[in-house]
Amino acid sequence: MQFQVVDLGLVDFRAAWQYQKDISRSIRDDKAESVLIVCRHYPVITLGRQADKRNIVVGLPELKRLGIEVYEIERGGDVTYHGPGQIIAYPVFDLGGLKRDIRFFLRRLEDVGIDLLADFGVDTCRLPGLTGIWCQGRKIASIGIAVRNWISFHGMSINIENDDLTNFSLINPCGMNIGMISIEAAAGRRIITDDVKDNLVAKFKRVFGEVYEYD
Amino acid sequence: MTEVILPGLGEGIKKAVISYWFVKEGDKIDKDNDLVELATDKAAFNLPAPCSGALSKILFKEGDTVDIGEVLALIQE
Repeated sequence: MQFQVVDLGLVDFRAAWQYQKDISRSIRDDKAESVLIVCRHYPVITLGRQADKRNIVVGLPELKRLGIEVYEIERGGDVTYHGPGQIIAYPVFDLGGLKRDIRFFLRRLEDVGIDLLADFGVDTCRLPGLTGIWCQGRKIASIGIAVRNWISFHGMSINIENDDLTNFSLINPCGMNIGMISIEAAAGRRIITDDVKDNLVAKFKRVFGEVYEYD
Repeated sequence: MTEVILPGLGEGIKKAVISYWFVKEGDKIDKDNDLVELATDKAAFNLPAPCSGALSKILFKEGDTVDIGEVLALIQE
């Protein structure tokens, strides 16, 4: 499949969310083609459709003090945190002419992340029944998507910088008592999030542009 | 009366959870407009109305788990 790449840089979650919905509507109306959005976010907590608000373990005044916004959104999954030390990929892809299989799409997103992490010498794995990418028993990439009229949005965040993991202590990520790990921690060296972007796009092009299955 | 059936969502997916009805029982809906949202794994997805009409019966409430192929609602055309 073909897709455009849009780099929103460091962007407010709400703006990127609205942009995804605008693109999705344009694709539905045949006014746009699939778009891969890459970006980073200012600190934000999002609650997916299966979220239990008790998985935010601090009060709203504390979040306000930290400057962290909270959004209830239409992706699958529970609660997660995003910050500037993660790279985010939002594939707003028209799956209508492709394989209409939600799990297949989720597994291909994992393929992108696993390939990318391997380039940094980071060994990862999947855990049965738990969407996402894992490393040394901790989570390194989180996935949650929405599909409207077989157009995907939301997507995958990959922890790059170690400093940004602290805020995960504000939540039970994915509604579970799990630890998070970054590429920096796993690779044992400093990595700049922006430097990962080109590689991430290349992986998307390989997995979704070359080998994704059609109906 | 048209049955709204939960369609196949891909290999290995046997169930989904209803997260939100966009339309209330008795309300009118147009074909292809959002009817219900469901969730499975880490994905939420919508099901549009298969025809225009009045939503005469909702058979599962929000939070219920539904098998693929089950009838979710009835629309009176």
